[in-house]
Amino acid sequence: MTKQVAYFPGCALEGSAREYDVSTRRVFAALGVELLEVPDWVCCGASSTHGRGQEVALALPAHALRAASQMGLPLMSPCAMCYSRFKLASLELAHPEARARTEAALGQDIGELPSVLHPLQVLDEIAPQATVPLDIKVASYYGCLLVRPPAAGFDDQENPTIMDRIVAGWGAQPVSWAFKTECCGAGMALARPDMVARLSRRVLEQARQAGAEVVVVACPMCQANLDLYTGEKDTPVLYITQLIGLALGLSPRELMLGRHLINPLPLLRAKGLVNHG
Amino acid sequence: MDMNGGPRIVGFLCNWCSYAGADMAGTSRMSYPPNIRIIRVPCSGRVDPLLVVKSFQQGADGVLVAGCHPGDCHYTEGNYYARRRFALLRPLLDFVGIEQERLRLEWVSASEGRKFSRAVASFQEELERLGPRGHRG
Amino acid sequence: MVKVGVFLCHCGRNISEVVDVPRVAEAVRHLPGVTYVDENKYMCSEPGQAAIRQAITEHGLTRVVVASCSPRMHEITFRRAAAQAGLNPYLVEMANLREHCSWVHADDHEAATLKAIELVKKAVARISYNEPLTPQPIPMTRRALVIGGGIAGIQAALDIAAAGHQVTLVERESTIGGRMAQLDKTFPTLDCSSCILTPKMVEVAQNPNIELLTYSEVESVSGFVGSFEVQIRKRATLVDHVKCTGCGICWEKCPEKVPSEFDLARGKRSSIYIPFPQAVPVKPVVDQVHCRYIKYQEFEASGAEGKKPPQCRICEKLCPPQALAWDQEDEAVTEKFGAIVVATGYDPFDPTVYGEFGYGQYPDVITGLELERLLSASGPTEGHVLRPSDGTPPKTVVFLSCIGSRDEERGKAYCSQICCMYMAKHAIVLKEHDPEVQSYIFYIDNRAVGKGYEEFSRRAQEDAGAVYLRGRVAKVFPQDGKLVVMGEDSLIGRQVEIAADMVVLAAAVVPSRGADEVARMLNISYDSDHFLVEAHPKLRPVETHTDGVFLAGACVSPCDVPQSVSRGSAAAAKTLALLSKETLVGEPTTAVVDALRCSGCQLCLEVCPFNAISTQVVAGRTVASVNEGLCKGCGLCSAVCRPAAIGVKGSTHKQLLAEVASLWT
Repeated sequence: MTKQVAYFPGCALEGSAREYDVSTRRVFAALGVELLEVPDWVCCGASSTHGRGQEVALALPAHALRAASQMGLPLMSPCAMCYSRFKLASLELAHPEARARTEAALGQDIGELPSVLHPLQVLDEIAPQATVPLDIKVASYYGCLLVRPPAAGFDDQENPTIMDRIVAGWGAQPVSWAFKTECCGAGMALARPDMVARLSRRVLEQARQAGAEVVVVACPMCQANLDLYTGEKDTPVLYITQLIGLALGLSPRELMLGRHLINPLPLLRAKGLVNHG
Repeated sequence: MDMNGGPRIVGFLCNWCSYAGADMAGTSRMSYPPNIRIIRVPCSGRVDPLLVVKSFQQGADGVLVAGCHPGDCHYTEGNYYARRRFALLRPLLDFVGIEQERLRLEWVSASEGRKFSRAVASFQEELERLGPRGHRG
Repeated sequence: MVKVGVFLCHCGRNISEVVDVPRVAEAVRHLPGVTYVDENKYMCSEPGQAAIRQAITEHGLTRVVVASCSPRMHEITFRRAAAQAGLNPYLVEMANLREHCSWVHADDHEAATLKAIELVKKAVARISYNEPLTPQPIPMTRRALVIGGGIAGIQAALDIAAAGHQVTLVERESTIGGRMAQLDKTFPTLDCSSCILTPKMVEVAQNPNIELLTYSEVESVSGFVGSFEVQIRKRATLVDHVKCTGCGICWEKCPEKVPSEFDLARGKRSSIYIPFPQAVPVKPVVDQVHCRYIKYQEFEASGAEGKKPPQCRICEKLCPPQALAWDQEDEAVTEKFGAIVVATGYDPFDPTVYGEFGYGQYPDVITGLELERLLSASGPTEGHVLRPSDGTPPKTVVFLSCIGSRDEERGKAYCSQICCMYMAKHAIVLKEHDPEVQSYIFYIDNRAVGKGYEEFSRRAQEDAGAVYLRGRVAKVFPQDGKLVVMGEDSLIGRQVEIAADMVVLAAAVVPSRGADEVARMLNISYDSDHFLVEAHPKLRPVETHTDGVFLAGACVSPCDVPQSVSRGSAAAAKTLALLSKETLVGEPTTAVVDALRCSGCQLCLEVCPFNAISTQVVAGRTVASVNEGLCKGCGLCSAVCRPAAIGVKGSTHKQLLAEVASLWT
């Protein structure tokens, strides 16, 4: 059974987080989910448009929502920020007034609002088909945007478990830890690197204390910050799609594991998750 | 139109929950449009369709029937009868040319003053949107 | 020809500052039937009522309309005033100019005045169809039922019994005592909770006027004030409590130990047990879920293959009076009561919804009630406060307030009233147990509003050295064997982190499990949080809208011990006022059948929730007939009656249609 979704990679996945894009495409292809890229997609609005007024903050995500609506498919974006924008925008566009304003700005009807999905929600529904046993202790790190605000999240905002459930299904051992949803410092990486360093290091230290050998994330910003400010020890930070890719027997090259600052390969080799390359 | 310019609303409120809820709105000074005329009935299940139809005949633009929340009826099950009765009456109203949105059923408990005042305000908005009776367009 | 007197109330300025009362008076003066109009600053005052009485006499009024507040407030007052002047009280109507007009339309005086005129017109239109009604006397069963054996129910039962009336106290657990029995000490006096509670419990057991039914639940209630028929299910204890002497051999020797509910699973009990040593009655019950012999019997009955569970029966072998009664069954008894006190109490809020505090995940995160059990000398640790994780005494204890309280997002909007004070108490008592303990209390507002409470709270800070931090906690997480509490001190605007040995959550107070079911059985309402609703929050705080049903204790709203006791006594006083009468005056607003119009379709029989309608044969025709004792006047019958043969007195078609017909004319 082939399932189709409208796929919105977003800017990060075309640049700094290309490995997230590539691993997502490969994993979903292997799992029989067809990703049809949204044609002519534009920026989701990300973190800067809220400050620039309601109109543009709704019009930008509405563009992709409209496209998905025309494709007749749910809209899926791996980037936590894009996901959050689409979800919140679709909630706001349910109000006729906001919708009318936005349609006027777009000059187009949005049509029936598509459902908005994050890859985690799709993975949670798919039965795992691991070929390589993932004998590794994993800290699932959700960061802020996947579960907050509650209206946009798809799990408990303080103690989410969806990623833990998914990695456990694929054979890894999720650790129990308390910093799943702490802030990594996010977009302050350039303005306040000291703060980002403090926050990100603490997240990683907590993950290590809980016994994690690797941290999995589902957000490009989280990956970048944790990877950069690793603290005293080097703990690899992988996208969940990369970890699942390993379980599916994909090669490090196919999963672009070489793009991380902290090289995960020594650990993955020692764990027997990588035999070649 | 009411003398204040707004649509005319007749509210049949059960004595135990909704009338008390409307009292609570008063005690808490939660204002709502003055166009509603409240008639106290023992139970929402007491509201005979005749009373609804007579209210429209009298010139009401909307009829609000309010009772206890499901499961909370002072008489155990009167509100369930009201719910079923008005589910049947609404399409009939539509048939005779009175938009079914003009008959509204709400559950308002004795503590829900805010809910009552909001219900009246939103009903008024809906009736304004529908316009005067008999001008369906 | 009716002569209607209209009495307009200013209600001080509550009505008159919004509604132009003299203008209303002018507008209604010439309505058909109106022969007299008067205004008064306070109609409900004695001069106001006197004016009504006088006008009835002097002007020969046959109907009275009082335009003032809600009829739910003063209908009884004005009916009584009319009756004093010889007018049938049901010939009085009210127009609600305050709650439904001046208070909600204060921003538009003109609209409010016009509406007030309409409301009075509506009442005048209705009242010409009012008929004089005469209440039926209701015989009073001079016995009371108290549901719930916590401190509020105990107090109510004792007070009713002290006045010489019979009272039955039903408790679902195997002992009375309720939440108070679980407490170690009580604020602000630091009395030992059991020491002040157990004498009252014993008094309940010994008082000849009190019938104590523990391990029992109310299953159904029918009837009405004066004669409630209540079915009570006495659950099988499997112990003959007449033979049993409470010697204690059985529960000491029983080998099957399970988590104790009384100790909130922080300790163990046997599967034949009393919940705590001072239980009343001191008679054990067999827990049929865990008892080995019961499991054995179930295995035998199932005919399953394999290894048989042990027969056990150690309790039976050792019981000196041979009191075990394995084939005892649940027993349903039906008793009649004149009045009912509901004292179903509270449960602690389940803090697991706050994932960030790790309750249920980290063993050293406990609730305040669990700490009570650890502090109690009869608790699982015999009063030594030890960390559940490793059995060491905690030195740094952090308290988190408002866990579920004052949090509309994930908990309850209300304040749970008792938590600020019990956190202060815990800080003081912990310091007494171990001078090295340092307590930190994260609070939102420190609410210490009872007698001696503020002083007590200061004592926690000054004598026990508790550090009060104003702010919410973001997260609790384990680090190096401690629990790090990460929060905000909003007074200095800084984040704080405290490495704690134990974290205590002040869980909110929520209504006891099943209180809503009890409410439904009794036809009383509960609010969106499932607290039971009193007839008036200020002036009728223990009455309900069902006559003869009263509320006591925390089933109404969170409250502490002194308040529970007061509410228990208050409910008892209201009960006694009923029990002191031989007969009551019933509501005459019941259904009545016009046999000539009745077609005998019997739809009314089907819809009547109280089985108050039956059929009778009149002049050879089968027609409906109403039992006025059972009828509560809901009017469901009237709404389904096609030939309009059945009507509710006081809410007739004519009255309601007259109201409708008066609108916008």
